Parts: sequence; C-alpha cells; structure tokens
Amino acid sequence: MANLKRRHFIQYTAGAAGALVVGWSFLPPRQRLIPGDPLPVAPGQVALNGWVKVSRDNTVTIQMCQAEMGQGIHTGLAMLLADELDAAWDQVTLEQSTLDKIYNNQAEIVDALPFQPDENGSAKRLARWMTAKLIREVPGAIGTGGSSSVNDLWLPMREAGASARAALIAAAADLWKLPAHECRAESGRVLHPSGKSASFGDLAQRAAELAIPKNVPLKDASAFQLIGKPVRRLDNAAKIKGAGIYGIDALPAGLLYASVTMCPTVGGKVARFDATAAQSLSGVRKVFAFEPYAAGLITVGAGTGGVAVIADSPYHAMRALKNVTVEWDHGAASNLSSEQILAGLAQTLDSKSGYVHYEHGDVDTALKSATKTISAEYRVPYLAHATMEPMNCTVQFKDGAATVWAATQTPAFTRDAVAKVLGIHASKVTIIVPSLGGGFGRRTFMDYIGQAAAIAREADGAPVQLMWTREQDMTHDYYRPAFVSRHTAGFDAQGKLTAWKTTSAGSNMGMPDILDGSIKGAFDTGYEFPHARIAHQSVEALVPIGIWRSVSHSHNAFFTESFIDESAFSVGQDPVQFRAALLAGNPRLLRVLQRAAELSNWSEPLAPAPDGAKQARGLALHRCFGSVVAQVAEVSVDLDRKIRVHRVFCVLDCGFPLNPNLIRQQMEGGIIFGLSAALKGEITLEKGQVQQTNFHNYAPLRMNECPLIVTDILPSTEHPQGIGETGVPSIAPAVANAVFTLTGQRLRSLPLKLAV
Amino acid sequence: MTKVKINGQIVEVSAEPDTPLLWVLRSELKLIGTKYGCGMALCGSCTVHLDGAAARSCITPLSAIGEREVTTIEGLHGKEADALREAWTDIDVVQCGYCQPGQLMSASALLQKTMDPTDADVDAAMSGNICRCGTYPRIRAAIHAAARAMGPRLNPPLPLK
Repeated sequence: MANLKRRHFIQYTAGAAGALVVGWSFLPPRQRLIPGDPLPVAPGQVALNGWVKVSRDNTVTIQMCQAEMGQGIHTGLAMLLADELDAAWDQVTLEQSTLDKIYNNQAEIVDALPFQPDENGSAKRLARWMTAKLIREVPGAIGTGGSSSVNDLWLPMREAGASARAALIAAAADLWKLPAHECRAESGRVLHPSGKSASFGDLAQRAAELAIPKNVPLKDASAFQLIGKPVRRLDNAAKIKGAGIYGIDALPAGLLYASVTMCPTVGGKVARFDATAAQSLSGVRKVFAFEPYAAGLITVGAGTGGVAVIADSPYHAMRALKNVTVEWDHGAASNLSSEQILAGLAQTLDSKSGYVHYEHGDVDTALKSATKTISAEYRVPYLAHATMEPMNCTVQFKDGAATVWAATQTPAFTRDAVAKVLGIHASKVTIIVPSLGGGFGRRTFMDYIGQAAAIAREADGAPVQLMWTREQDMTHDYYRPAFVSRHTAGFDAQGKLTAWKTTSAGSNMGMPDILDGSIKGAFDTGYEFPHARIAHQSVEALVPIGIWRSVSHSHNAFFTESFIDESAFSVGQDPVQFRAALLAGNPRLLRVLQRAAELSNWSEPLAPAPDGAKQARGLALHRCFGSVVAQVAEVSVDLDRKIRVHRVFCVLDCGFPLNPNLIRQQMEGGIIFGLSAALKGEITLEKGQVQQTNFHNYAPLRMNECPLIVTDILPSTEHPQGIGETGVPSIAPAVANAVFTLTGQRLRSLPLKLAV
Repeated sequence: MTKVKINGQIVEVSAEPDTPLLWVLRSELKLIGTKYGCGMALCGSCTVHLDGAAARSCITPLSAIGEREVTTIEGLHGKEADALREAWTDIDVVQCGYCQPGQLMSASALLQKTMDPTDADVDAAMSGNICRCGTYPRIRAAIHAAARAMGPRLNPPLPLK
C-alpha cells in the first residue's frame, strides 16, 4: 500500500541529507553508555557508566532522564537497569540525570515520522535509521512525550545495568584472583562458588577503575527478576505522606512569590496599568508589566502579556493583583470565536479537498459504483490540559547565573528558554526537575518558563516562584485543537465496505503538510480498505494550540471508530464482525479485537444498570504509539438524559509488558482522562477569550461518575511500545457507539450530549 | 499574631486574618504537603481536617479557624490513616500524586465517621476531590480495603465473666 507523494519526499530528503553528511553517515551511531562529561559524584560514590552510580554504603543510584508525571516511568526505568545489574530493589535510589546527549530521546522523534506502521520498505528503514542517528547528535533533544520512554530506553538502560554488573564482577575477580566467568551477581552482591562474596558497595571503587565493559550480553527474558513483574511504584511512599516534591514545593532560602494576570484575550498584552493601590498593600515588593513569551519550538501562538506582582507570599501577590487596574491591548485575536472557527473549518471542507496523506486504489470510482454510500460530519472542540498542579516555575537569577526549579517535560528547552530571556549562556543555567503534578503535554511548552525568568530578573537576586492561578492556567493553555472531519463510505451489494474517504480540517501547529501529525490515527488505522483516500486540510487560527495526551489520536480515533460503527450498522452487520472482516490481514489488531469481544461478553445480553435503566455496549479499536487498544463501554442514560458509563473493558497489546501494574494504572487513567473529554470537556472562545476558568465550567470526571475498569494485557515478546497515552483515544468512540445502540442517536460531536 | 493548633502543636502565625489557611500552611509554616489546585473549593487538593472533619483550606481564612485543631497530611496519623496508607501502597493508588494528600484527608475523615462505607458513602465523601490522573477506581478499592483491614465493623461484645 504505497503513498507515492510521501515516499518520494522521504527518499528525496533522505538522499539529500545522505549526500551532505556522507562521511558522518558511515560512522556507527553515537553510543549511549558513556556521557561526554563524567557524572558528578558524591563522596564515597563512583559512576560505573552514564546511568548508574554505586556508593560505599551500597546505594545504587540510577540516572533518570525522563520526567515522572504520574505515568510511573521512574519505577519502570529503574526496573530495567536494576534487573540487568542484579541489584537488590531496596538498594535502588533515583536521581535526575544531566542533559548529556546520551539521554536524548530518539524514539519520540523517530516514531513521529509520518509512516504507516505496517510498512517496512527501505525508504522507511533508512529515514528511521538516519533520524535516530541524527537525534543522538542534537544537543538537548531530551524530553518526555509521545509515550516513548520505555520504547527508547529499553535497550540503553538494560545495557547500562549489564555493563555495571560486568564491571563489578570483573572487580571481584580481580580482587579474588579468580576467573570472572566463575563469579555471578545476585541481590547487590558478587558471589563465587567457593563461598567468597562481596557487596556492590565494597567493589564499586575497584570496578570504576577498570575500563567500562561494552556489548555485555543481556539477560534472557526467563532470567528477569523485575522486568515483566507487577512491581510497586517507588514514588508511592513519599507521595502518601505529603512528602512528594513538585514544582510549587521549591523552597530555596529567601523565596519570594509572584502572581500574574495575563490579557484575557489570547495573544494580547498590556497597554497601560495603574498599580498605585496595589503598591501600598502589605507584602508587595514590585508590580510590573511583562511581554508575551513564546511557547517554544513547535507551536502556534506567541504567548500573552500581562502584569506581575512580586510579594512575600502567594496570597499577598494574588490580593495585590486584584487592586491593579489594567488597560489591555487585545491584539489580533479580539474577534475570535470558537464557534466561528468550527464553522470556518466546515466551510473549508466545502471547497478544499485537503493534502492526501494516504491513497489506495481509486476511491472516487469505487464510490460511484457503490451500491450504497453513507456520509457524515464529525467535530471535536478545543480542550485544556488542566493538570492538577497549575503552571509554575521558580527562578533565581544572581551573579549572572540562574537556578531553575521547573516541573517540565523538556528540561533542555527550559534551560535554553531561561538563558535566552536572561541573556546568559545556557551553561550558566542549572535546572532542577521535581515531580510533575500532571503533564499531559502541557509541560513541554516554555511560555510560563520564559515569564518566570523575566520576573526573576526583577527580584535583585532573590529566588521567585511564579505560580499561575487556576484561572490563568485554564485561560492561557496551549489547547488541543478543534477539528471537523467529513467521512464517506461505499458498500457493494453484499454489504462489504469497498471505499473509505475522509477529509479533516484543523490547525496543525504550523507544520508542513508532509510532516503534519494531525493525520495520525486516521491514515494508519490498520483496516484494509479496498479503496481509500485520507486527507487533511491545515487551517491556522490564532488560538494557541499544543499537544494533549494522545495528540491527534484523541480526535481521529473518535472520527474513525465512530464512522466504522456507522458503516457496520448501515449494512446491518455486527460491529465486531464488520471490523474483523477489514482486519483479516492484520492479526495483531484482530487478536485485540477478538479478546475485547470475549472479555466483555459482547454477544451476550446485558443486564440493566443498578437503577433499572437499560444498558448497551459500544466498542472501539485503535492503534497508537505502537500499541493496540480495544475498549468496550457499558452505558446507560439517566432520567435527565445524562450519559453514564458503568464498566469499561480494556484489552491491549503493547509489546512486552514491562510492568503490568503500571500498565493497568495507565489504562485506567487514560480511560478516565478520555472520558472527561468525551462527556464534559470543551473549551470555547468568545472575542478571543477562553470562557472556561476553573473546574466548575471545565469539569473533569469525579469519583461518582467513574466507571469500573477491567484491563487485560495480552502477552507479547515484541519490543515494548507506548503506554502513557494509549488508553485515551478509544473511550470516546466506544461510548458514542454504545449510545447509538442504546438510543438510536448517532452523536457526532464531542462532548457527547443527547438531545433532550 | 494568631495562635492556631496545627498537628498537635500550638503555633503563632503572622499572616493577616483574611489569609486563606492554605497559604499560611504552605508559605509561612512550610507545610507543603497541602496543595493548591483551584482556590475555589472545587478540587479538594487543599483538604485538611478541622477538628477531624474535612475542610478546604483554600477558602478557609485564618480568622475562621478559632479554637479548632488543624490536621494536615504531615500530621495525619491514627488507625484509619495507617490502614489507608497501607491500602494505598498495596493497591498502588498514586500516579502523579499531587491530589493524593487531599484524597487521603477526605478518605480518613470518611473512615473516622463511617467505619464500613458503602460505594455511595465513598461517592459522597470523595466526589469533591478531583484527580486528573484517574486514580478513582483504586481510591475506591483502597478505602474498602482499609475499612476491611480495620476489622469487624462493631466492637465485639465483651466476654461474659
């Protein structure tokens, strides 16, 4: 199934890049075991490679280059290294890594390349290989996103553990004057059959003096002690005592606090302000206007300006802001309305056919000769991230150097953003990344970081903590874009789907069409359509947009899986059987689909809800971030026509399951996050101003609305794939499909609302 | 200066009387386990106990505390708290964890009142606490597990002499 345009582009660029860097490209890829600069060590501690240090007191300190934002990645990555090292789990501690290139995240970038997952041609292999090699050379390509961390670090962190184990064994052999191959490691000790034994702590110094072992064989899966086991989280103990440290918990000596009010119109700034009343209030140090700060590399929107107060406490700062009068320069977005934007996207689809991302066969002829066709239009709104911890950043700028405490998904971008605002070299910026109180993509952006740096510049060397109120956080997000999508399907006389044509419109974050990620989840479904064309028309608006947990899969799964369901019902077929017929050549998706049907008793009648209301099931299947997920939702409607979800069955194939406990957590969390958006989530703008301000009008799911969730992880020995975002996309279409079965109403826009 | 009893100790604080308790705890007393989430009593991240009852510290001014004893996550202890923390660990409830101090404060207030809560009791006590990571199913399971672990619902009758 070729896409000629895409393939030509890739071949051309790969060829051009290859010609330019022909010498470089013949070198082996940069190794990921040993950093450019040796790791900093504490007294009594040595580094055995770029990923692990061992102390005389037997502590094993593992380097964490990824952000812990709830997905459990610190526990998962520690398991990889500790298992290959044969460390005892209770001797393991974690530490934030440096920003060395060995920590660059290749998988995040490589997996974002616009290829069909099922394709395995030479162009794809070359482009992936070249990109991976290139990413290893780029300074600061460190980031947590795209559900990529385990995929990226599965080998490097195991290799680091194996290398350190080999070093410790070599040290023991050297000490004991015995052959290394007779020694083995177990639970933090090196043992010899003679009865000799030494702890890692006792051997570390000697091990660090030997050459770092390379290419050490990895364990066979049958020897894993931690990998593949439902290991409990390392961060639980502190977090349940209130001792988890987040961005807003930074407490450097002499800390001051800043609060801001930004122009309510996105992209606006301060025209003039009067701070006379605020200045006279107790605890107030300084009141000033700041410029908009752009969000970083890949986004639309240059930030929004506002007024900041620096004060002795957060309350003093917030109270003072209420006494500042501001006249705003509302800027270019002052007439913007989300309703008009959505109407404009639909109009665009009347006249534009979009950039074709996937084409197979001759869809137009197939539609003309079809016995039956159906068409439908779908819509999704803007969405906010609404992390529980609002955006915040603490910066101290003193003597030409800066220290930054930032709960961020992109620490190197953060360092560079602060350096740029303060006009200092990046090497003068120290970045400390505490736990993130939720990320979901929001904490990849630099707007609040740049703002915090600019505010710290006004504080005469004192550290300042900028914390946005919930209202600022909600109204100045980088939102999941709104989309409109039109779908047409054609069927032959036997009810077989013969043609599939979709065109969507929406913002693509300023990317060129060929690299447009907003088609992901639509052009790579895994269904075998006899004739298909899948296109997207990019339409930019002035609304700041960004990546939101599962990115374009969040809307494309809703469009595709709803319309597949419509297709099945339009020809009187069971939705599971209908999908199975399109997946005959894709056993991986088929296995997940069939297991979901089995787990949910798909073909059995469904008992009423506890209050007697009729229930129905709906199913959706979606592949994203290398994993395949199917979900079945059991749904009823209450007397007020409100949609209720009682149970969700979730089946996934994520490759080798590193930690089934963490994977289940992420499926549950992803489903609930997706359900908040499916049932309630909507950001609207009027006159360029976001209308939702806090959790009363942008309301996430609560305990009393939360379904029971049953997750089944299918066994696999393949390379581990994405987890953190993969639970999100399927739930909205699963619920919408259940609502159709239950009520006969096909809901084609989110959030799902029944006609009363 | 205002005198307040917090986690068993009487402390004097200098914050002005209109200051919400949340900011007294966080910025003056450095009790940073209590979190800011919304400032409008909508999310429960700032939940503390006032004389054992769950209260939202973000809308409770210092002047309203009076004689009542404040308990924060740092000072939360006792058999309900122990049972909840054990269940939270066994079931691995936590994800990002930011809302969890508030969740535990609400859950322990529930168990102090209702030793063997039903699902409806859990809904009523916990629906004021938002979790964006979606830990609700595990919170519900952990509350039930903690209630079970605390033993029989009623004190057993005294043995006859």
